[in-house]
Amino acid sequence: MEAFLQNLITGLSLGSIYALIALGYTLVYGILRLINFAHGDLFMLAAYAALGTATLLGLGTLPATAGLLGHAWAGFAVVLLVSMLAAAAAGWLVERLAYRPLRKAPRLNLLITAVGVSLLLENGAQALFTANPRRFPDLMADTPLLQIGRAQVGSLDLAVLATALVLLLGLELWVHHSRQGRAMRAVSHSHETAALLGIPVDRVIALTFAVGSALAAAAAVLYGVKYPKVDPLMGVLPGLKAFVAAVIGGIGNLRGAVVGGLILGLAETFVSAYGASTWRDALAFGLLIAILLFKPSGLFGHYEPEKV
Amino acid sequence: MTNARALLVIALCALGAAAVSALLPEYYAGILLAIGINALLAVSLNLVNGITGQFSLGHAGFMAVGAYTAAYLSAGPLAGLFAHPALGQLGVALCLLAAALLAGVAGWLVGLPSLRLRGDYLAIVTLGFGEIIRVALLNSDSLGGARGFIGVPGFPGGAGAPWVFGLLGLSLAACVRVMGSSHGRALLSIREDEIAAEALGVDTTRYKVGAFVASAAGAGAAGALFAFTYSFLHPSSFNFMKSVEIVVMVVLGGMGSMSGALLAAALLTVLPEGLRPLKELTGVDLRMVIYSLALVLLMLYRPGGLMGRKELWHLNWRRSKAVQP
Repeated sequence: MEAFLQNLITGLSLGSIYALIALGYTLVYGILRLINFAHGDLFMLAAYAALGTATLLGLGTLPATAGLLGHAWAGFAVVLLVSMLAAAAAGWLVERLAYRPLRKAPRLNLLITAVGVSLLLENGAQALFTANPRRFPDLMADTPLLQIGRAQVGSLDLAVLATALVLLLGLELWVHHSRQGRAMRAVSHSHETAALLGIPVDRVIALTFAVGSALAAAAAVLYGVKYPKVDPLMGVLPGLKAFVAAVIGGIGNLRGAVVGGLILGLAETFVSAYGASTWRDALAFGLLIAILLFKPSGLFGHYEPEKV
Repeated sequence: MTNARALLVIALCALGAAAVSALLPEYYAGILLAIGINALLAVSLNLVNGITGQFSLGHAGFMAVGAYTAAYLSAGPLAGLFAHPALGQLGVALCLLAAALLAGVAGWLVGLPSLRLRGDYLAIVTLGFGEIIRVALLNSDSLGGARGFIGVPGFPGGAGAPWVFGLLGLSLAACVRVMGSSHGRALLSIREDEIAAEALGVDTTRYKVGAFVASAAGAGAAGALFAFTYSFLHPSSFNFMKSVEIVVMVVLGGMGSMSGALLAAALLTVLPEGLRPLKELTGVDLRMVIYSLALVLLMLYRPGGLMGRKELWHLNWRRSKAVQP
């Protein structure tokens, strides 16, 4: 029972990280019908941005203190904010330079470009930062907060869950109750109609990329806090898995992405806890194939008849 | 007539390449062989990515299936055949057949669920498949695992070039013949507009899966040739970067152009050899940076690649000469 509870907590915090990345895939897919292969690599860039910020501020290097800012939570918040801004800028730049010129091109070309951008970011990072992994600074100590039998909720798990929850609620409010959110939903229905109604389609698409990348950055900081290793290829696997999570929930559907992320996080944690840890990484692809075979529109997606 | 001319050109080129490689010093003959194998990979991937308009990212996975099948058979059950000078060629043929067959079956298993759907699922599923194959090979002790598979017999009698260029010529000829038939037009119609193709009665799923299986089988055969050429296999030779390299060949050559894929394969095999001094100078392997940048820039500024959708044998050489002053 206690092991079960512990796995539940671990799975939920891993799942909420997947959910944050999956939201970026789903936002972009909803608006451009593009699998943004570079999304996982923006996650990686954000981790480097967070690492750089934390090093500059002297966080996690001085023993028993939280560096210049004095308080662990403040340092964590600053790192989170800077890395989200940096990733938003990077996402905007990628959209501007690589995807926008291809708006009228065949979709295959857009997909190939996305793969190219992803590889460019990975290999560029390898050339810039070397392939050696670096340690992500300890932004906060993992003090146990809540004890249920032998299972415990540490401050890291709490930080991950709380941050994810705040961001998810914020996104939900933004998409459904703000002018920009409404414009975004309109563009995702139809670029042409939205343009006719005076919505600046290109600007909305750029904004969507920026928001999606910022969410990936938040995921990167949370991931770094929990699994403190940063390297140029760290975005590949979480990115692929988050994509699977988005497909499980129904790609293009925001709530679906969150549910899909949580399902995947829990499934992975329980599969590796109960004996089959070597198959952990294959699980996501097995799930993807099963979903594609039996319910391609995902749990919450609806079947979209194609229009000519 | 162009069809017949194309077949003639292909046959002559294959014969010529095989003959030339016998005369070259070993180093250059080796490069020529590598060009042939890469060309076979590019031509087979072109069937899916260029002609049918789908996007596969796991060609190295199918190549690995073929390579390890051939290696296992030739070092184990068929080792007796390879010891014999004449029967050895029969062994190579059997291994090639088995490699293509097994890779084709793998292609069917991967393609069927993902090609039923429209959209970009194939890219993700093939990417995942390539990684799963690589990890499975790393963990399978009977196939050498992380140590690599040692002791694959080479081509009996050193007959590498005839096999490689014979197979390349054969598959090119098959592609040309298919493209001239109603099946080829069905594949092209899927690339141009899948909905319209379906409305005209093309069984799109069947054609897409068919093209994908044929492409996977081609990759399997290329993998077998790779195994006999280098006599040593390691899972890391079949990683994601290898798949990307093949994709870049197809895109650079011009998606849908068989001769373009051929040209690009030759170019991208020779180029790293030429870039070797640069690598020694800078100390970092910039090849992948260049590949990925090339992919993006090609899509942005020259989506047609080198050849567009044309073929070498469609160019009118005489007229282009007359225009020159």
